[in-house]
Amino acid sequence: MRFIIYILQKYKFFLIFAFLECLALLFTIQSHSYHKSHFVNSANAITGGVYEQTASIQEFFVLKEENENLANENARLKNIIARITSEKDTTSFTIRDSIYYQEYKYTVAKIVNNQYTKRNNILTINKGRNQGIREDMGVINSVGVIGITKEVGAEHSTVLSVLNKNSRIHAKLKNSLHYGTLLWDGEDYKIAQLTDIPRQAVFKIGDTITTGGKSLLFPEGIPIGVISDFKYDNNKYENIDIALFNDMSALSYVEVVTNLNKEELEKLEEENNNE
Amino acid sequence: MNNLIISNVLRFFVLILLQVLVFNSFNFLGFINPAIYILFIILFPIRRERTVVLVSSFLLGLFIDFFSNSGGVNAAAMLLIAYLRIYIIKFIHGSREYDYALFNPRNLAIGKLISYVGILTFIHQFTFYLLSNFTFHNFLDTLFKVIVSSIVTTILLVFSVLLFEKKK
Repeated sequence: MRFIIYILQKYKFFLIFAFLECLALLFTIQSHSYHKSHFVNSANAITGGVYEQTASIQEFFVLKEENENLANENARLKNIIARITSEKDTTSFTIRDSIYYQEYKYTVAKIVNNQYTKRNNILTINKGRNQGIREDMGVINSVGVIGITKEVGAEHSTVLSVLNKNSRIHAKLKNSLHYGTLLWDGEDYKIAQLTDIPRQAVFKIGDTITTGGKSLLFPEGIPIGVISDFKYDNNKYENIDIALFNDMSALSYVEVVTNLNKEELEKLEEENNNE
Repeated sequence: MNNLIISNVLRFFVLILLQVLVFNSFNFLGFINPAIYILFIILFPIRRERTVVLVSSFLLGLFIDFFSNSGGVNAAAMLLIAYLRIYIIKFIHGSREYDYALFNPRNLAIGKLISYVGILTFIHQFTFYLLSNFTFHNFLDTLFKVIVSSIVTTILLVFSVLLFEKKK
C-alpha cells in the first residue's frame, strides 16, 4: 500500500498529464466521428453569445453585398409569382400539388461563426431548438447549398459545412438527371468534388449541378455549382471538380430547410426495410 | 504573489478572446492562424508543483476547442507542451544547475528565447495539425503547413514577449 502511494507521489504529474491527455484524445476522436454527438461544440450559450456579438459588428461591413443578394432574391421570387399567375389565367391549367400543399418550411438564421480554411469546417448559426431547428436539416441561401445541421443547442446550432470530410450531399446533373454524391477533398474552399456519377452520363465543363430529389434534407433543384474540370479514364469518370456557387468565405444570412414530410417518409422507408 | 495569480487569470481570458475573435480568422496565406494562446504557457511561472499549469493549460485549450468545434485538439496540444516545458528549459540551459523559480523568459538572451519559444511552438503545431487532420495522408503537405505556421507563430510570440517587457 505504501509502495502504491509512493509511486503515485513520484509520478503524480505524469499521471495527471496522461489522464487529461486521454480525455483530450477522446474528445478529438469523438469529433471525427459523424454519428456520435460531440460534447465539445459551439452550440452552447457562452460560445454562441460571444460569436453573436462579434457577428453583429462584422455584419455592418457586408451590408452592401447582403442588399444586393436580397434584391436578386426578390427579383427571382417576383418572376416565379408572375409565372404562377399567368399559368392560372389560361383556361386549362394543371393543379401543381406543391402550390397547394406545402412540403418545406424555411427558417432564416444568421451565420455567427464561419470556418473555411480547415480540413473539417463547422459553422455556427444563431437559431436552435427553441426556433424549431433539429439535427440533420439542410442549410441553404439564395445562392446555393451550405451544409447540414449537426449539434443543436437551445438558441444556437452547428452546421456541418459542405467543406467537411463527413459531408455527403445528394446531387444531380441539372440537364440529364443522373445522380451523384458531393464530397470535398480539403484542398480549395471554392472547389468540391462529385462522385458516383454513372458512366453513361453525358456532361461537359460548365454544366450546372443541383441537389437531387431523393434526399430528405434539401428540396430538389437547389443550385450547388458548375463542373469546372473532369477526367474520363477506363470508361468511367474520375475527379469531377465542381466550382461552388457559394463563396464559403463570405456567408451571412442562411435558410434552414424543414421537410414537413420527413417523419412520414422515414416511417414508410423503415416499413419497407422491415418487410 | 497575489499579483502573479491575478495577472495569469487575466491573461487566461484575454488570450482566449484574442485567439478566438482575432487570430482564428487571420487566414494569412490562406491557412495560417497563429496560435497566440501559447503565450500563456511561455509566461507561466515555473514551480515544483505542476498540477496548476497542467490543468489550466488543458482548460485553456478546451475553451478554444469549444469555440472552434475541434474536439480536443487544442487541449491535447496545449497539455503536451505544458508537460514538456520544464524539460525544454533544462535542455536549453544545458546541464548546469539553475534556479527555476526565478525563470523569466523576458530575461533570456534572444537566442535562447527564440529556441525556447520555437521548440514549444513546433511541438504544439505538430500535434495540432496531426490531430485535426487525423490522418498521415498528405503528410508532407501537413508538415509544410506545420513548419510555416510555426515560424509565423514563433515570430509573433517572441515579439509579444519582448514588447511587453517590464523595465526593472
